[in-house]
Order: sequence, then C-alpha cells, then structure tokens
Amino acid sequence: MSLFKLHYNLEKHSIALVLGIILAASVGGIIEIAPLFTIDETVETTDDMRIYTPLELAGRNIYIREGCYACHSQMVRTLRDEVERYGPYSLAAESQYDHPMLWGSKRTGPDLARLGTKYSDDWHVAHLIDPRAVVPSSIMPAYPWLSENEVTIDDLSAHLKTQQRLGVPYTDEMVANAASDALGQASPDSEGAEGVTERYGEATNIRSFDQGARLTEMDALVAYLQVLGQMTQAPYQTPERAEQ
Amino acid sequence: MIARLTLTERQLAIVLAGLLALVGLTMAAAARQGPMAVHGFMAVAIGGALISAVIGKMYAPEPSPERLSRYYDDPIKAGILIAMVWGIFAMAVGLWVAALMVWPEATFSQAWASYGRIRPVHTTGVIFAFGGNALIATSFHVMQRTSRARLPDQLSPWVVLVGYNLFCLWAVTGYLMGVTQSKEYAEPEWYADILLVVAWVVYFVLYLRTLARRAEPHIYVANWYYLAFILVVAMLHIVNSLALPVSFAGTKSYSLFSGVQDAMVQWWYGHNAVAFFMTSGFLGMLYYYLPMRAQRPIFSYRLSILSFWGITFFYMWVGSHHLHYTALPNWVQTLGMTFSVMLLVPSWASAGNALMTLNGAWHRVRDDATLRFMFVAAVFYGLSTFEGSFMAIRPVNALSHYTDWTVGHVHSGALGWLAMVTFGAFYSVIPALWGRERMYSARLIEWHFWLALAGLLTYVFSLWNAGITQGLMWRTYNEAGTLNYSFLESIEAMRPYYIARFAGGALFLSGIVVGAANIWLTVRGPRGTAADRPLALQAAE
Repeated sequence: MSLFKLHYNLEKHSIALVLGIILAASVGGIIEIAPLFTIDETVETTDDMRIYTPLELAGRNIYIREGCYACHSQMVRTLRDEVERYGPYSLAAESQYDHPMLWGSKRTGPDLARLGTKYSDDWHVAHLIDPRAVVPSSIMPAYPWLSENEVTIDDLSAHLKTQQRLGVPYTDEMVANAASDALGQASPDSEGAEGVTERYGEATNIRSFDQGARLTEMDALVAYLQVLGQMTQAPYQTPERAEQ
Repeated sequence: MIARLTLTERQLAIVLAGLLALVGLTMAAAARQGPMAVHGFMAVAIGGALISAVIGKMYAPEPSPERLSRYYDDPIKAGILIAMVWGIFAMAVGLWVAALMVWPEATFSQAWASYGRIRPVHTTGVIFAFGGNALIATSFHVMQRTSRARLPDQLSPWVVLVGYNLFCLWAVTGYLMGVTQSKEYAEPEWYADILLVVAWVVYFVLYLRTLARRAEPHIYVANWYYLAFILVVAMLHIVNSLALPVSFAGTKSYSLFSGVQDAMVQWWYGHNAVAFFMTSGFLGMLYYYLPMRAQRPIFSYRLSILSFWGITFFYMWVGSHHLHYTALPNWVQTLGMTFSVMLLVPSWASAGNALMTLNGAWHRVRDDATLRFMFVAAVFYGLSTFEGSFMAIRPVNALSHYTDWTVGHVHSGALGWLAMVTFGAFYSVIPALWGRERMYSARLIEWHFWLALAGLLTYVFSLWNAGITQGLMWRTYNEAGTLNYSFLESIEAMRPYYIARFAGGALFLSGIVVGAANIWLTVRGPRGTAADRPLALQAAE
C-alpha cells in the first residue's frame, strides 16, 4: 500500500496538496472543453446564417436582463416528442454568435428555440403586457413596463463593437449605423429602413412591432422573439428532413 | 472587536477601507447613473462606515500580547451571524419565488419583483451568501483548530468577509435592477466578478499562511476539502466569467464564449459549483464537526483519501450531463454520463465514511438534535448523489431534464445536505465560541430539526411528483400517434405540486427562523471566549 504511504507524506506539505488538487481538477475540463474549439465538426457550417440586427440584439439584452432563461429553454433536443412539439432539433450553428448562449435548463414555460414567426407581433405584445389575457391559465409574469420604456439606442454602436471584437461578423458600417438601424427597423418606408435591408439582408423583419410611434423595449423584445429559430434555415434542411 | 486589532492593523484597515471607498467613487463618477452608480455608492458607504468605525477606536489601548495564546474567533462569530441573516433572507425570497408559480400576480407589476429577477436572488442568496459565509466562517474555525495555530493576522479574515459580502450584495441588488449575465449560478456582472476574485485570493493566501503555522505535522482531511473548494471555485469562476465589458462605465458585458463552447464552459462551471462549493466545502465541514459532536474518530482514513481524490478528479468531467441530446457533440455527452456514474463510488464512500463514524454513537444521534442534523445531512448527501448519477444517465435525463425533477434534486442537496450540515455545525460550534455551556434551548433545536425535515420531505416529494408528471405528459402519445397533452395542460397539472412545494418551503423557512432566534438568545449578553488554546506558542520553546 505504497500509495497510502505516498499520501501520508503528501498531506504534510500544503503546497504539494495544492498542486495535486489543481492537477486532478484540471484534466476533465481540458479534455472536454479544449477540443470543442478545435474540432471543426463541432459547429456545422451554414451558408445562410445571419446575425442579430441592433434592434434584435437590444431585445436579446432585455431577454437577458429579465432572466427569461430561468423558465424558457432555447434548445430542442434530438427526441421525437420534442421535435414534434417544437420543431426541428437545434443545431450548434444557430447559437454560434450568441454571447452568452441561452439554451436554458428548465421549462416552466415552453421551449422558445422555434418561436419566431409562430405568433403575430400583436399576440406577443398582448401576451407580454398581460399573459393571462391571452392564455388564461398561464403562470408567466406580466411585463407591462416594456411598452412604456423607450429602448436605449445611443450605446448600440458600442455593443456591436464589443461583439465584433469577440468575433461576431459585424462590419464597421454596421457598427457605425447601429442606432439608426435600430430606429429604421421599426419604421418601415423610412430612409433608415433601407439601410437595414442593405446591411442585414432582404429577409429582415422591418415593421413597427408594437404599433406605437416610439421605439420601446417591447419593439426590441418582440423583434428578437420573432427571429428565434429563423437565423438560418439549416435546421429545416437536415438530411433526415430532406428524406421525409 | 476593532479594539482587538493592533495599531498597525487599524491603520492598514483605514487604508483598505479608503481604497474601497475610492473604487466606489470612481465607479459612481464614471457611470453617473444607473445600477453601477448605485453599486459604487454602496462601496463608498461601506468604506466610509468602516473608516469611521476604525477611527472611533483608533486610540483605544493596544491589545495585550496574551491574545496570541488564543485563537482569533471574532471573524468566525461575525461570519456565522451574517450567514444566518442571509439564510433567512434568501429562503424568504425562495418562498416568494415558489408563490409566484402558483399566484403569478404576486409581482404587483413591479419590474424588480418579476420571477426572472428574484429567482437568481434566491439561488445566489442561498448558495453563495448563506452557504459561502457558512463555509468561510467554519473554515476559519477548522483551519485554526486542526492546525492548532492562530490565524496569522487579524485583518485578512475581515478583508475576506467584507469583500465577499459586498460581492453578494452587488449580485442580489444587481439582479433586482436587471444586472445579470443570464449564466445560471454565475449571473453577477464583470465588476462583481473581479471583486470576488480579489476576496478569494486573500482567502486562499490566508488559508496557506495558517497551514504554514500549524503545530501538527499532518494537514487534517477537512482542510483538503476546504482547499479544494477554494482552489477549484477560483478556477471555475475565473474561466466562466471571462467577458468583455461594453464600457468600463457600465454594467453590461458579453461573454467571451458563445454557443456550444459557452454551453460546455457554463455547465463545467455550473455543475462544479455544485461539486466544489456545495459538496467539497461542506464535506470539509462534515469531516470536522461530525466526529467532534459524535465523539468518535472518522471511521476510515483510507476511505477519506479515496473519496477525496475521487471527488476532485471525477467531478470535473460530469458537467456535460446537463447537455444530453443537445447540440453538444455526442462524445462529450457520453464522457459526462460515464464519469457521473463512476462518481457514485467516491460519493458513497464519503457518505458511508460519515455514517460508519456514527457507529457506537447512535444513542447520541437519537438524543442530540445537533448531531441528528449532521446524520440527516450525510443520508441526504448519499441520496442526492445517487439521484444525481441516476439522472445523468442519458435515457433517464431525456425524461427528467427541463422538468421540476431537477429542481427537486437540487433542493434535496441544498436543503437536505448543505443546510442540514450547516445547522449541525453551527449548533456544535456556537456555544464554545461564545463561551457558553450549551445552546440557549435544546427544545428549540428539536423544533428546528423537525420543521426542517418536514419541510425538506414535503418539498422534494412534491417536486419529484411534479417533475415525473411533466416529463411523462410531454412525451405521451395518443392512439392517433400524436402528442396527447398540450404544454399548457402540463402547467395546469403542476398546480397542486407547486402549492405543496410552497408549504414545504414555508416549513423549512420557519425552521431557520426558530434556529436564528435560538442562536440570538445564546449569543446575546456578556461576551465570552472559547476555552481552547492553540499550540503554536509551546512549539516555540
């Protein structure tokens, strides 16, 4: 039992003990995490992956601020009942630009990974203001203040710049026009709206999300909710799906 | 308390408190408004209060050198009382969160009171504020007693306590104002994360300095666990919190990681916060207070070694079991599942070691509610670790994940293990620290014990039922081959279980209130001191 003898000596030296703990505790993380950054197949390549517009990013930050992840996942697992209930299972590519990811761990409410385009803007606005007016037995909190608070847009350039530094493919032009793009996305037929289409693509939702004149947090959040699952069409085109 | 600091320590305390106030002022000036300014002013207020308190005692006579022949227990006493205050606060918020799932209107349309904002107040409050202060306080006690040496100085334990509690304050008040990273159990933003690192480094250095002064050749097993807790939590916290602030004058930052890598880092952190904060640290507590209270030596030294290294090595692999069937590559999921099952061996070795230690002391378990707290803790440690390994098996996880079963599992650990062992340790150590013969009332300890046990069982049974019901409803097909239940029907089915969970939480909360009253009645009045003495002075002969 020389191992126990070894330990008998080890436990007389605090630094040796400290080094032993660091060594034992490092192995698992290194083996499981490091390859995720180097193995290419970890994240699928898609040809149509888009990035959040400034307004959608502002909406995502409201989702983060309100702690929505505590009750809603954004990760459809590869299980038959989940695919039938929510839609195609989630791909790693879909959240590749999400700093941080919002996969969640609890479904007190339903999964939101495939929420975009499922309901109308009006439904979302009414539901967020008073969930029980739309779904009588819902236990979701009400968020009436979202349609009262104006969304902060003057720092959106700094937000995009930070994301750019982290590797999200925002162009310098996008960074420079972040605030006006946020305004433009919610004001169709305006000059700003054209800029949004030009920079973020034809498929971008350009409309007043809460039907109000001001750009509110409600506009931003609904804009975000409407693109969940719509950032790429790849999940809807997996080989299994093509066969069906 | 301040009069017991030496003149140099008082001067240094003023400098450090001044530094804190200056940092706060800089934050407030840079941010001008919003949550960061509020947090800056909080730092200014705490720094200012500390400065004026120390200046008030600046010219009090220096403490006599006789103090060096005693242990330094003031920060332990403070830590225990702070932990009890946080415990009541965080469990009360937990009860409110539970109420929201039955009566969702109980937010009163206030942004700060919505579920998503107060839920992390509850989790951070219980795990980090209550659990963390309990760990820090007991570790100061255990490191001195098992080393038979006094703390090397009287200032650094206070730096740890003040820094750590300011971190907790910034965290929970931040959530209410919407400051969060939305990374589960790692919600605090970048500036609070930096403060935690500073406090943590001081804590680690203090631990090593105390061990360096020890009058015992061997480092006792409880210290291994506390050391693993401090070191690994630092590793996890630093890596998972890496983020780029949008502006140094604002709270918002973006995580360095994204998508699947972020998910893996997050659950490597998340599960090992369970492992090294809620398990390793509290095992340190168990390994000291349980044998002391039972008046029996630890059953097996070899089993302690095996389970310590087993836990330290295996736990770090298992985080990916939170991501079964997700977009995380299959090979990582499989590794996580495999190590989760293997983890049962060292976990049960620990639980078994604790329970076998009680052999020959079962009459004390029967008669002494304090020891019974620790006995139940060891049993629930065994049950929760079995349940955890079971839930990590992929097909089981298909059913249990995303449901309230997970919440029930966490609470069987947090209430049944973490809180129970803490109460047992507190009741063991409090009379000695304050120089009392015993706790104010043994009957109140009994009341606390039975309220806590009743609350715990009500809670976990209701959420086991809730979780399995949810999991089954989500995957039930009818004869036509389509899903039988809408999601909404599964929410409606939860109502009775959520009401029962609320009742369980209320029982557990009333237990800790009884406990706090008992502790207060024990410690109020003239101050006494611990009778035991370090060996360090004799060693110099």
